[in-house]
Amino acid sequence: MSLITISGYNDTRSGFGDALYDLGKTNPEVVALTADLAGSLKMDKFIAAYPERFIQCGIAEANMMGVAAGLTIGGKIPFTGTFANFSTGRVYDQIRQSIAYSGKNVKICASHAGVTLGEDGATHQILEDIGMMKMLPRMTVIVPCDYNQTALATRAIAEWVGPVYLRFGRPKWPIFTPAQDLFVIGRAQTFIHGKDLTIIACGHLVWKAIEAAETLREKGIYAEVVNMHTIKPLDEAAILAAAEKTGAIVTAEEHQINGGLGESVASVLGRHLPVPLEMVAVKDKFGQSGTPDQLLKKYGLDTPDIILAAEAVLCRKKIDSIS
Amino acid sequence: MVHAVNSGHPGGSLGCTEFFTALFFKIMHRYPAFQMDGKGEDLFFLSNGHISPVYYSVLARCGYFPIHELSTFRKLDSRLQGHPATEEGLPGVRIASGSLGQGLSVACGAALAKKLNGDSRLIYSLHGDGELQEGQIWEAAMFATHYKIDRLIATIDWNGQQIDGSTDKVMSLRDLPAKWQAFGWEVMILENGNDLESVINTLKEARTQTGRGKPIVMLMKTEMGFGVDFMMGSHKWHGVAPNDEQLALALAQLPQTLGDY
Repeated sequence: MSLITISGYNDTRSGFGDALYDLGKTNPEVVALTADLAGSLKMDKFIAAYPERFIQCGIAEANMMGVAAGLTIGGKIPFTGTFANFSTGRVYDQIRQSIAYSGKNVKICASHAGVTLGEDGATHQILEDIGMMKMLPRMTVIVPCDYNQTALATRAIAEWVGPVYLRFGRPKWPIFTPAQDLFVIGRAQTFIHGKDLTIIACGHLVWKAIEAAETLREKGIYAEVVNMHTIKPLDEAAILAAAEKTGAIVTAEEHQINGGLGESVASVLGRHLPVPLEMVAVKDKFGQSGTPDQLLKKYGLDTPDIILAAEAVLCRKKIDSIS
Repeated sequence: MVHAVNSGHPGGSLGCTEFFTALFFKIMHRYPAFQMDGKGEDLFFLSNGHISPVYYSVLARCGYFPIHELSTFRKLDSRLQGHPATEEGLPGVRIASGSLGQGLSVACGAALAKKLNGDSRLIYSLHGDGELQEGQIWEAAMFATHYKIDRLIATIDWNGQQIDGSTDKVMSLRDLPAKWQAFGWEVMILENGNDLESVINTLKEARTQTGRGKPIVMLMKTEMGFGVDFMMGSHKWHGVAPNDEQLALALAQLPQTLGDY
């Protein structure tokens, strides 16, 4: 059963690169920086068209973050691009002091997040970045779900005043959102409506959630799928509306169970409306080398894992209704 | 200020007083009203944020905020945080600093923004010598020459002291001029950074060297705690506040600093 149609396949990082090129045209203040990963971040078109607004920083991410902070003082809108690991963990203090605490309008754009980075292994597969970034006061955290949405998010953050962490990935992935769509930072989207439970997902796992909902439908279970593309500021109203409506929540993300989307959702539910919750996330482990598909399976982030979590949360919901 | 809250960093502040006075009153081109973007003005970045007492003192005396606000230093709800911050919009401060090693990168970014904006004004920065132990400084040093950032004058407070002792003992900086030269910087050495006239003249000389394809570093020899005999030249006064008796003794030696806040 196909509830949502795939229009093609592309990597989310290309959505970033293509939109960055568009921004070069439309916004003269946009400046792009990288730390020796321009090709991986798909910045080539921007660099060819606007060489004077491209700053190659070499393999020196800490300096890149400081340079970006300095550029904002002259009114520039710097977009830094490197792998998610080097965009966050490696430069946490630089982001904390020179960008977040200083309130600088830097857009930290991070590719190759999560286990779908694949063969490079755990040194590069950051699974803690959402947690680190969402903890910083003033930081906005966005995890778009496909190529089109990554492009829309890239354009949206240029207009958003303040530091932003934009997280995307490496592999070709289904494209299932429209190219021309409304993208509002901080507002969740319901992709599939349902009555039995709600799957709240972000990034690559939104597509896995859709696949899970399709299989569940065949079993007579109506799962709602919500794309929580903004982790911070979190759309608490959407979470509470879902909890109210279906009374059972599954979260799904390519991140550690500690510090991610699931934890943010749990915090909202715990404070306002406790309902059964299951989390699909990496269970406090480092990744390893492998293909993206193998790794999603290995670390319990695949479609069957979401289906299992959905069935588990429905069981708990039933038990709760009896007692 | 430091005495009143029994915390802060008097040593480096006293050692850099002549530098701040020269820079803000004799060297920098700046407007009376503070604008964050600093378009058309020279900009200054303090990288070793712990010497905030002298920074705040000079900013207040430049008229960016009232001198009496200095008495709120390090107190609850003050704009004068222990280390400089932009959080509450203190005029004169453009970036938070305190965690060391970040200011040279910020200065480079601000210089590039000026270049992109067609603004030929200068960027000044100040760093501790102990701070040069941070790797990010050398990332920025490499970056500045790669991009020929030649409207930047970085100054190093070369007092040879840091919290745990002398820089020679803690982590030797070895041949500092040679290090900067190797990174492609124009190196100037100021032998007496506590002589106001020498500081002014050297900064003026540094200004004439700008626009020649190289960033400029002024290695400024100072004495930590300058002007107060029992503080001078000792790392012990890096981050310790004087007690009542010591304050009276110090102020007696520096009558011009008697509290006007």
